[in-house]
Amino acid sequence: MPDRAAPVLDVRDLRTVFRTRAGDIHAVNGVSFELRAGELLGVVGESGSGKSVTMMALLGLVPSPPAVVSGGPALFDGRDLLRLPEAELRRIRGARIGFVFQDPMTSLNPVFTVGFQIMEPLRRHLRLSRRAARARAAELLALVGIPDAARRLDDYPHQFSGGMRQRVMIAVALACDPQVLIADEPTTALDVTIQAQILELMAELRARLGMAVIWITHDLGVIAGIADRVMVMYGGQVIEHGPVEAVFARPTHPYTRALLATVPKVSGERSRRLQAIEGQPPILSAPPEACTFRDRCPHAFETCFRLNPQRYPLGEGHDAACLLADPGLAPWGRPEPRVAHG
Amino acid sequence: MLAYTLRRLLMAVPTLLFIAAVIFLLLDLAPGDPMANQPLTIPPEVRAEMRRALGLDEPTHVRFGLWLWQFFVVEPAVLVDHLFGTTLAEGQARILSWQFRSPVMDVIVQRLPQTLWVVGMAYVVGVLIAIPIGILSATRQYSVFDQIGTFVAMVGFSVPTFFTGVLLIMIFSVKLGWFPSIYDTRLRVTDWQSFLQQLRQMAMPVFVLALYNAAQISRYMRASMLDNLGQDYVRTARAKGEPERSVILRHVLRNSMIPVVTVIALGVPAVFGGAIITEQVFKVNGLGQLLITAIQANDLPMVQTLTFMFAVLIVLFNLVADVLYGWLDPRIRYD
Repeated sequence: MPDRAAPVLDVRDLRTVFRTRAGDIHAVNGVSFELRAGELLGVVGESGSGKSVTMMALLGLVPSPPAVVSGGPALFDGRDLLRLPEAELRRIRGARIGFVFQDPMTSLNPVFTVGFQIMEPLRRHLRLSRRAARARAAELLALVGIPDAARRLDDYPHQFSGGMRQRVMIAVALACDPQVLIADEPTTALDVTIQAQILELMAELRARLGMAVIWITHDLGVIAGIADRVMVMYGGQVIEHGPVEAVFARPTHPYTRALLATVPKVSGERSRRLQAIEGQPPILSAPPEACTFRDRCPHAFETCFRLNPQRYPLGEGHDAACLLADPGLAPWGRPEPRVAHG
Repeated sequence: MLAYTLRRLLMAVPTLLFIAAVIFLLLDLAPGDPMANQPLTIPPEVRAEMRRALGLDEPTHVRFGLWLWQFFVVEPAVLVDHLFGTTLAEGQARILSWQFRSPVMDVIVQRLPQTLWVVGMAYVVGVLIAIPIGILSATRQYSVFDQIGTFVAMVGFSVPTFFTGVLLIMIFSVKLGWFPSIYDTRLRVTDWQSFLQQLRQMAMPVFVLALYNAAQISRYMRASMLDNLGQDYVRTARAKGEPERSVILRHVLRNSMIPVVTVIALGVPAVFGGAIITEQVFKVNGLGQLLITAIQANDLPMVQTLTFMFAVLIVLFNLVADVLYGWLDPRIRYD
């Protein structure tokens, strides 16, 4: 069992700006987090909250220009990923940090066989011979639960179903036995049954291989089921973070509460309308100087329009970036838990 | 794939017969008389006799049938005789050119090398420079290189070859005297000296046509590369730690070539058709020039045969393009 306390990835104050002709877009504004060996960190937020860009920026996968990545350090294995030369970073990508993307229909190259695409990192990073890479690729396909793996290596992606393709993507990401796997909404494009299968597979692989996983999603149900810790993002910032039990039991940031309120209930009255959070996440043309959620927040008060709240610790590794969590604030000023409308 | 190819070849037969009939009827309806440029002093009965000798007194369908027989049976038989020394075509009438009084195919075989050398070389050169330019333009979109490439492509595509051709002749033949302005067909390449001379006389027509071809194909290549550079699998390749070189030249290029190869294949028949205008400008007596003079001389068998051969090539290369498409893209299966 790996040492659960030691962080494999320690990111401090990561920032990313897209400098476009239409103006700057500040997509990531000072994100700090750590990932401990063997744990699963869930990253939640709406589309446009900066979840994916954060992870891509870490590994130099955002196109630059227009993107400018700054801040840091982002320490992986004692080295700052943001300041590594491209050649060094390439040796980490795909070898020690694996990626699984959202849409398995388009994430595999249609003109190469599945076997070729799994063998590519094996040959590049581990310098395996063609024969050894092929044997390993067949093992990997079998590992992710594809029957008749050795024969299917010569098939093309279009000959696989969506769920099978996502399994292939996972096999590619796991090829070189990475310490960290970043899964960017890996089940969003799949139907519910296949989603469940992929989740089960991931849980099983994690138990067997012991890598740390960053799981990006907007599905809170998934996070509740698999994550150790959860990080909620909004406006390119972490607005709440903590062990999954604590965050789900005592959500503190109004955005986290609103997110939890949007999850439809299976039991209870059926006639209730689906909850939604009014409005759109902000597109920031300057670094935020006030709370980014103020315009959509039911509890916003005057200070929220002047101050960008820091992350206030709430105990047990739980913290939230909301002025209402400021310990200096009188108890009567704390927000009431959101009551479901009748 | 083989079954598909055979089916397509079979389907090509009615298509080609229809094209042949349309060409024949159009030429038959066209004004003009092959006797028109004979002296007026020829007595009418001699004139009628001459028409009969050319087969012009027969009804249209008989002449069309005879032409088909000659094109599809006699001429291939002549080719077989020529290759294997057999005597299949002995005593059979071949398609005769009214203008040259010799078999149409013999004239075409004489003219083909010039066209293939000049126009074919221009196509090859055009493709070979267009592909790297397209790749570079796409990977450095909006860079100085891309801007220049776009500008040159626009100029190459929009300025007609009869203008660039004459301009080059003015500069390089008249003023500088570096290249001859007239293509000498009689030049035989026997030694180093004559080879250099051949290169010199090919340089300008090849450049003019290559610029035009490259302008077109580089735009296709650029667009196709840009299309693919935005795809998710490119991000996957980068996330796998592939170096940029491999991402571009393996992952993206392989996908981008699919539509471009089709465009290149579809352009090949035009090479055989010759570049009518450019051949005129540089006095290359290839197939394009042959067709123009045949039309002017009312040489109907020549026009009919050349036009039909272009039709055959177009149908054939359409098939080649489709087969290549299926071969390059594993998602396409024809069976």
